[in-house]
Amino acid sequence: MECTADTVALLWMGRQLPLSPGHFTVSCFYYTIWNFIPKNLFEQFRRIANFYFLIIFLVQLMIDTPTSPVTSGLPLFFVITVTAIKQGYEDWLRHKADNEVNGAPVFVVRSGSLVQTRSKNVRVGDIVRVAKDETFPADLVLLSSDRAEGTCHITTASLDGETNLKTHFAVPETAVSQTVSKLESLQAVVECQQPEADLYRFVGRITVSLQGEEIVRPLGPENLLLRGARLKNTKEIFGVAVYTGMESKMALNYKCKSQKRSAVEKSMNTFLIIYLGILLLEAVLSTILKYAWQSERKWDEPFYNEKTEQEKNSSKILQFISDFLAFLVLYNFIIPISLYVTVEMQKFLGSFFIGWDLDLYHVESDQKAQVNTSDLNEELGQVEYVFTDKTGTLTENEMQFRECSINGVKFQEINGKLVPEGVTDDSPDGYMPHLVRVLLHQTCTLSSCFFTGEEELFLKAVSLCHTVQINYDQTDGPRDTFLQANGVSDPVEYYASSPDEKALVEATRRMGVTFVGNNGENMEIKTFGRSEKYKLLHVLEFDANRRRMSVILQTPSGEKVLFTKGAESSIFPHARSGEVDKTRVHVDEFALKGLRTLVVACRRFSAGEYEEVDRRLHEARTALQQREERLAEVFSFIERDLELLGATGVEDRLQEKVQETIEALRLAGIKVWVLTGDKHETAVSVSLSCGHFHRTMNILELVQQKSDSECAEQLRRLARRIREDHVIQHGLVVDGTSLSLALRQHERLFMEVCRSCSAVLCCRMAPLQKAKVVRLIKTSPEKPITLAIGDGANDVSMIQEANVGIGIMGKEGRQAVRNSDYAIARFKFLAKLLLVHGHFYYIRIATLVQYFFYKNVCFITPQFLYQFFCLFSQQTLYDSVYLTLYNICFTSLPVLVYSLFEQLVHPHVLQSKPALYRDISKNALLSFKPFLYWTLQGFSHAFVFFFGSYILMGEDTSLMGNGQMFGNWTFGTLVFTVMVITVTLKLALETHYWTWMNHFVTWGSIAFYFIFSLFYGGIIWPFLHTQDMYFVFVQLLSSGSAWFAIIIVVVTCLFPDVVKKVLYRHLRPTSTQKSQVIEAYPGTSCLDSACCFSEGKSGFAWLGRLVERTMSRCDLARVTSLYVIFYTSEQHLFIPSVGTPPNPTPFLVLSAVRNSSMQW
Amino acid sequence: MMASSYNAKEEDGHHSVSAASGPSAGPSAKSKKPDNTAFKQQRLPAWQPILTAGTVLPAFFIIGLIFIPIGIGLFVTSNNIREFEVDYTGVDASSPCFTCSQTYSWNSSIPCKCAVSFSLEQPFESNVFMYYGLSNFYQNHRRYVKSRDDSQLNGDKASLRNPSKECEPYRSHDNKPIAPCGAIANSLFNDTLELFYIDPNGTRTQIPLVKKGIAWWTDKHVKFRNPGGNNFNLTVVFQGTTKPVNWRKYVYELDTDPENNGFVNEDFIVWMRTAALPTFRKLYRIIQKKSNMTPTLPRGNYTLDVTYNYPVRSFEGRKRMILSTISWMGGKNPFLGIAYITVGSVCFFLGVVLLIIHHKYGNRNNSADIPN
Repeated sequence: MECTADTVALLWMGRQLPLSPGHFTVSCFYYTIWNFIPKNLFEQFRRIANFYFLIIFLVQLMIDTPTSPVTSGLPLFFVITVTAIKQGYEDWLRHKADNEVNGAPVFVVRSGSLVQTRSKNVRVGDIVRVAKDETFPADLVLLSSDRAEGTCHITTASLDGETNLKTHFAVPETAVSQTVSKLESLQAVVECQQPEADLYRFVGRITVSLQGEEIVRPLGPENLLLRGARLKNTKEIFGVAVYTGMESKMALNYKCKSQKRSAVEKSMNTFLIIYLGILLLEAVLSTILKYAWQSERKWDEPFYNEKTEQEKNSSKILQFISDFLAFLVLYNFIIPISLYVTVEMQKFLGSFFIGWDLDLYHVESDQKAQVNTSDLNEELGQVEYVFTDKTGTLTENEMQFRECSINGVKFQEINGKLVPEGVTDDSPDGYMPHLVRVLLHQTCTLSSCFFTGEEELFLKAVSLCHTVQINYDQTDGPRDTFLQANGVSDPVEYYASSPDEKALVEATRRMGVTFVGNNGENMEIKTFGRSEKYKLLHVLEFDANRRRMSVILQTPSGEKVLFTKGAESSIFPHARSGEVDKTRVHVDEFALKGLRTLVVACRRFSAGEYEEVDRRLHEARTALQQREERLAEVFSFIERDLELLGATGVEDRLQEKVQETIEALRLAGIKVWVLTGDKHETAVSVSLSCGHFHRTMNILELVQQKSDSECAEQLRRLARRIREDHVIQHGLVVDGTSLSLALRQHERLFMEVCRSCSAVLCCRMAPLQKAKVVRLIKTSPEKPITLAIGDGANDVSMIQEANVGIGIMGKEGRQAVRNSDYAIARFKFLAKLLLVHGHFYYIRIATLVQYFFYKNVCFITPQFLYQFFCLFSQQTLYDSVYLTLYNICFTSLPVLVYSLFEQLVHPHVLQSKPALYRDISKNALLSFKPFLYWTLQGFSHAFVFFFGSYILMGEDTSLMGNGQMFGNWTFGTLVFTVMVITVTLKLALETHYWTWMNHFVTWGSIAFYFIFSLFYGGIIWPFLHTQDMYFVFVQLLSSGSAWFAIIIVVVTCLFPDVVKKVLYRHLRPTSTQKSQVIEAYPGTSCLDSACCFSEGKSGFAWLGRLVERTMSRCDLARVTSLYVIFYTSEQHLFIPSVGTPPNPTPFLVLSAVRNSSMQW
Repeated sequence: MMASSYNAKEEDGHHSVSAASGPSAGPSAKSKKPDNTAFKQQRLPAWQPILTAGTVLPAFFIIGLIFIPIGIGLFVTSNNIREFEVDYTGVDASSPCFTCSQTYSWNSSIPCKCAVSFSLEQPFESNVFMYYGLSNFYQNHRRYVKSRDDSQLNGDKASLRNPSKECEPYRSHDNKPIAPCGAIANSLFNDTLELFYIDPNGTRTQIPLVKKGIAWWTDKHVKFRNPGGNNFNLTVVFQGTTKPVNWRKYVYELDTDPENNGFVNEDFIVWMRTAALPTFRKLYRIIQKKSNMTPTLPRGNYTLDVTYNYPVRSFEGRKRMILSTISWMGGKNPFLGIAYITVGSVCFFLGVVLLIIHHKYGNRNNSADIPN
């Protein structure tokens, strides 16, 4: 017995291996109850901002700093707790799902009987019994089923989403052991490779001892039942567990979240670093100035303010360092501590809206949009390149047989009949001779009277050469179906992993050659009612390299025949006879029509040939080492000298609204690239039909380049052509081989050509090549944001590579969905996902980030300015409770609510005017200019707060009617009050969409600040040595001057901003702003009056409404005229969402809604 | 936290949603179809203000129209306030307090006295408030601000015996705890100011100065309390403590009136409210209005008698005495009125500018030229 290095699990049947790898539970989660706190803390402090605050906190604990450790400790605690709760919750969900799997009851054969246990207790080597419709608790090698031949059917829908039934086999030697007692006496050793993630690869062998004789059988994927798959159509099976727990293929495929970071997060980190710079600068400046002042004793230590002994004696250097650190602590709030936690909450909560969106819900498949990672929401608003797969993404992946070419004659399927080319079926009573034949053939008993030999052979080949399964669910048990006489009328449902196969088998059924069933050994077809049994000898499975699959059958007459079908490029070179040239022409014609083509061929074996084939196949299949290579070799040995039978053309329907979606994306400034594995002609024709390529486009081709220099030459030629006629749009077609040549040496040139093309189509792409193209664009100098969308396993690498990966919940399994960041049911949903959701999320998060930095600049700059007036002694301006609560209580909620609900333009407008997407492209709201604007605004507001208060009360006048004086805490509180109000109203100015929640949190925050301050200042707090704030706030409010000061400072701060906004809107309006106005007409319909009053400015909304009512200037004529504008823009664009019918009613409804909302 | 109990007001579809379950509750088990609620579909009724010239114009005019009169009112009010200030530091050799400022030291036992004469050009009506002002005195220095023990001042006996560490180096003296401890208390302003009216015929009339009501009511009655309440014999209560090093008297000797003695002495309380900026004034005394007929302080000559105790020369400080009347809005402060007038005018002006812009460019603001 040869023992290879990768043989790990040695198992003796019926006996438990003492050294089993132990039981593991499947887990992708980080935490258990015990390690949650330490591990979560560790994870969180790896974040630079959290770590920074931890350091600040520790500094505060160690040295004498102006603020107590509580001021940074409490917000840090808050942030950490919120994050921990969120992460804990997500983890708990995973645990829950997991426990369901791990705790499921399982029957295991132990000491001669069936014992019930939990699935997590299944060990390697256990023999497990699984009943019908149960899922497998571990990866099992099938030993026996209730069927004599040892087959069973499973679906792997939960693993890869393929809903077809798959047949799995037991080796004949074990298949007989159908009872527990028989299994007890079974002596066998299973060898298998190390666990690996690939679902479709398994190499092993089983050695069964039968009466002292050892029989070796190969084990392949067809013998392995994967954990998570479900048993179908079979009463029960026995299997031996080979991979359990974490080693099972499902667990190995269980990927944790992708670690993609959005552009916004990157700019956020840049801003953080800039602010860290500002912080350090301020701290250094303050320290230097402090020492400049301190050089004179009269300032350093006047008689009224002597130092303690300790301060006098401490070393100068230590003093210096501690001073610097103290300033750092004093100003540390300039780094917004709650930014990360707010952003995280925003993303987490905000992402629900995608799943909730009815417009992204697909009724037919009952699928709603799915968010796998909420980290990338705003990236949806930044997409510059869309890479889309063709099959299943642009098309339905619902195959319909259309045409075929048999022996050089082209046929079309019309009404379920095969009609030769050139004949139309327009008139119901056509008199063409072939039609007579067609009409007759239902009653004819002899196939030969309708079909020529070639035609019949072709149909038989198509109906036999496949791996389609039949669902017996209704009849329960395959035998019944087999025995049923009338197979054609029976509503048998076919299940196939490839939709093409299904379409072909269904087509042959319509034409009279019905595939009735496959019982493992025999394939049965009915040709015009006459049943024929073919013994299935071998299946040469499909693989992407060969691009073909074959079956070897024994015909009823005993002849051994190979049927093969595959891509034309993989069949034609091996064809020896048949109408190769004519078929080739036909295949190209099919492709031009956008049909998917397959070529069918056969080969007859002589007895000697077959024996060799059989032997070689067996050897290759039982090989433990390099099995795949050897199999490939044997396959190519078998699949040659073919006799060409014909070709099929299958149509893949375009999904609805693909053309509109692509057009909308293009208007939004997004470049759409189609990457497909299809052949050149098919791809181009689909591209044309889905509007990716226009008829007016100049289509450039870079195909079939053989050598490097040739490719470079062609590229240069194309570049020249683009330069010469830059007026028209260009489309580029590249194929896989040329692409790899172009990428090898001429990346720059290629990129240049690509960038000047408005549409690019890459055909004949291997999955990895798709990813390569995405990476090439992603890493090009401009670093554009890329989005990849696809539905199949072959798109996974591209989905993972792109900045945003989108999976289509299609027919090709769930692999793409599982690896994607977002999943949608149809391609057309992409438009709303990007144009509306992406736009919203980007605006929301960008404003959130800017606002956070702004409000912290406002917060801390007065503190800095105050140092100039207190000898840089690090005296705080605000009380430490205010320092602590500013970020977590007084200003946290409005921005969170804003960032969840803001809609600056109505979603319908966003969708009907894709060009608005350009307004936010290239991270426009977080570029340097807006950042500078917000920062400067923060600084200038801070100056106004501080010096406004300074001039008011600093110049030593009394502000109270009884002549009494205020102190430093009142001064700080005045600054703080002004700040809280201004900062909250600043956000109110930014808000375009005031739901009741916005009102609630905005006015609520200000009210809360007042109520809290009254309460906080209202008591002598026990256990505290300082009562600095006692009645300070009440005294402040009792001063009339203070009220007037608050109002004037707030207005002065916000006034320039309002002016700037209005001036920009009128002098340099962006498209977004323009569309806000049209939207306002049907909405508020009161542009000219005070109806749309700025609430943010002074809270005079009630006044505005009063004016509105009294003046009633909201005239109706305007509403109608604008409705027309709105309506005309509808005509050529689509609103897939609500399905707006082309009549004015929805808009009237809309305006009614808006008007009612005005009254709020 | 997100209004989870919110039920959509606007539900323009069939009622597939169970009304009782909030948005978080899933749809019926069979279909994955999202609920058609206003919340989930982001269609909550909302007010959508847009800042355009048209919308902000009225606001600008209204602000202008409201602010300008307010500003004028404030300005006039402020201008009606009489204020007089005299610097008695004695920096110049010619000034009456020069000698005191030069010779004085903390240790001298004999108080130095000087008299500053001044004249009021205009009579001061109604109550007049007398302030002392200090410059270059950093009451807002961090070491200074925190050097106090509010528990001690609130009458906590434990803190009286064992004051807070923050009071260092003014925490104890001669192994006795200092009451009141800390740098603020230690540096209590101790000049005595007296005001005399010089009749045209040369007689000096002392003007009665009221020392009640100069501190915040809450400070006097709640925040500051003598240990054991004000009824006890303060001498006994403060037994075992010592006076701040710079003080001449013990804290229970600040005043003869028991209501104004010890920690609840108003001069002391006023001093303990640290000023925000290095130049500050503190309320010293109130001159009550006598009758409606005569002004509180008539036009004429006055003398300010100063018992010069407080040294400011070492830090280049200045001492001032300020007399001021008070309006409802406090002392003289023209800034507020000016600010209101300025902002109001700018608003009005910009309103006009925007009006022009609105009429000139108003129609540029349509959607016709959005690229499509």
